[in-house]
Amino acid sequence: MKMSKEESAVSGGSKAVPAKQQRPGGKSSEKYRLFLCIVPFLILVFLFSYFPLYGWVYALYDYKAPLKLSQCDFVGLKWFKALFSNPTQVKQLLVVMKNTFAMSLLGIATSFLPVLFAVFLNEVKCKWFKNIVQTLTTLPNFISWTLVYSVAFCLFSSTGMLNSLLQDMGIITEPLKILDSDKHVWLQMILWSTWKGLGWGAIMYLAGIAGIDMELYDAASVDGAGRWQRIKNITIPLIMPTYFVMLMLNVANFLNNGMDQYFVFQNSFNKQHIQVLDLYVYNIGMTGKSLSLATAIGVLKSFVSVTLLAIVNFVSKKTRGESIL
Amino acid sequence: MKKEDIDIPVKHKLTSRDYVFHICNYLIFGLFTLICAYPFYYLIINSISANNLSAAGDINFIPKEIQFQNYIEVFKLSGLSTAVLVSVGRTVIGAACTVFASAFLGFMFTQEKMWHRKLWYRIIVITMYFNAGLIPMFMTMKTLHLTNTFWVYIIPAIVQPFNVIMVKTYVESIPVSLFEAAEIDGAGLFTRFFKIALPSSTPILATVAIWAAVAQWNSFQDTLIYITDQKLYSLQYLLYTYLNQASSLATLVKSTGSVQAVANLATQQTPTSIRMTISVIVVLPILFIYPMFQKHFVKGMMIGAVKG
Repeated sequence: MKMSKEESAVSGGSKAVPAKQQRPGGKSSEKYRLFLCIVPFLILVFLFSYFPLYGWVYALYDYKAPLKLSQCDFVGLKWFKALFSNPTQVKQLLVVMKNTFAMSLLGIATSFLPVLFAVFLNEVKCKWFKNIVQTLTTLPNFISWTLVYSVAFCLFSSTGMLNSLLQDMGIITEPLKILDSDKHVWLQMILWSTWKGLGWGAIMYLAGIAGIDMELYDAASVDGAGRWQRIKNITIPLIMPTYFVMLMLNVANFLNNGMDQYFVFQNSFNKQHIQVLDLYVYNIGMTGKSLSLATAIGVLKSFVSVTLLAIVNFVSKKTRGESIL
Repeated sequence: MKKEDIDIPVKHKLTSRDYVFHICNYLIFGLFTLICAYPFYYLIINSISANNLSAAGDINFIPKEIQFQNYIEVFKLSGLSTAVLVSVGRTVIGAACTVFASAFLGFMFTQEKMWHRKLWYRIIVITMYFNAGLIPMFMTMKTLHLTNTFWVYIIPAIVQPFNVIMVKTYVESIPVSLFEAAEIDGAGLFTRFFKIALPSSTPILATVAIWAAVAQWNSFQDTLIYITDQKLYSLQYLLYTYLNQASSLATLVKSTGSVQAVANLATQQTPTSIRMTISVIVVLPILFIYPMFQKHFVKGMMIGAVKG
């Protein structure tokens, strides 16, 4: 009782202290209080972005799945050396790198398509047509690769739409092998990613074009510039900076093709030409042989990617005076 | 409006070359649009047409003998209803968590009084540019006992640096006076967050929500890597397994078929009909929400472009 009385007296006293005196103390604790509010989220970031980096030590061990890391042999750089010295490993890696380079280069080579798409769609003056085109062509971007594969399967498998149509018309007798063949795998992959991404890729450029001052075009028209001249001298130069950024990001992601697309389309027939680095890491790490080797490849890939990003950013700073990060 | 107003006086007449250009332009765009849209149409009309006609490849342009038996039968497949539940659950809970975290962090990082604010912000943003890789992530999830739990879909996706940047940029555009006035009126941090920051940034939060929801709905890789328990399969993953297991699918079909003693050819399930029906179930939510939220997608992309 006494205590509580005293306490209430104390708290009553502190209440009596003018607000001005309380403020400074309140402010210095305020900054920690604000920090404490975000601590839970910082912990999440630490757990799922920084802590996994510790997993890179698996690359230095001969890790066998159910064991603890301490029960496995420390092998130092064995896996990294194996990547470059073991002949079968080198051969396999070369095939994988060839696919990775092919897909990335094809991706870069087709990166101008969204620009063309935007420039020419901008020439379409019929509004409803333009809207329909934009809506329907961006749709594939929002479906998963699983579903793209499902579409591919329904249309192009040996019992799919194309084959039954051609057989009905008597053009072919045997079903064409499209998905389950090793031919034109790269072409198929780039076609699918174009199908999925072209309309969406163009949106950014379309928005860029919409932001161009119409007076520029009018002035050009008055000066007698035709359609091609307007495209060449106004539209293209003005969306080039955006294109440059996209291109640079493409270059920075040279080794990161992602695995979803290639994973869903892979089968025993096309494996030689579809296995890109990301898929390869999955295939050797998760479906069997070596978690440690897969980690080693992942580590190398990360270093190369970060280096590429730094280089690209440096180039961007030098040439445009602007970083892309 | 504006464009046409100005264009008309300038362009006198369309020359024949203009006509050729426009015709080609419209044709090419029309064709590409058809190529983008037709597969979805094909899936839908085949999933609602008689299965024997569909199997014979007769359904290419118009649905025939419309029936919805496929949809009823497909939900009898073991695993499908749970997969729908898992996918809907992760989409709703995941998107909600991401939106809340992005909103809160975005708001908090505008609080200049925060202790080492810039440092924490950088620590979060920089995670966009590296990742540990597949195997270390798998090991991490294992260490945290998240593999084979529903939460592996949700927790790692809560903090997304890109979304945090977007919301922060947006909150910074809200007039500071609004917050200051509230502070003078005695509004605490959370009051300012819930009463001012949240309602004022609904456009950007809608964008984040849509992006997060679509990403959750479409995600497939996390099931593949972290989940072995069939009860936790997402719809996308289930579709993938159905696509690849023609033989087991056939037996599945037979077992569901035998329930009805004499199965009607038109409504009897085939592996293809099951695949197409599930595909439609997977794509339908996207088809529905997409036109409504197209603007938001674009807005998010543009803010991203400015920042990116």
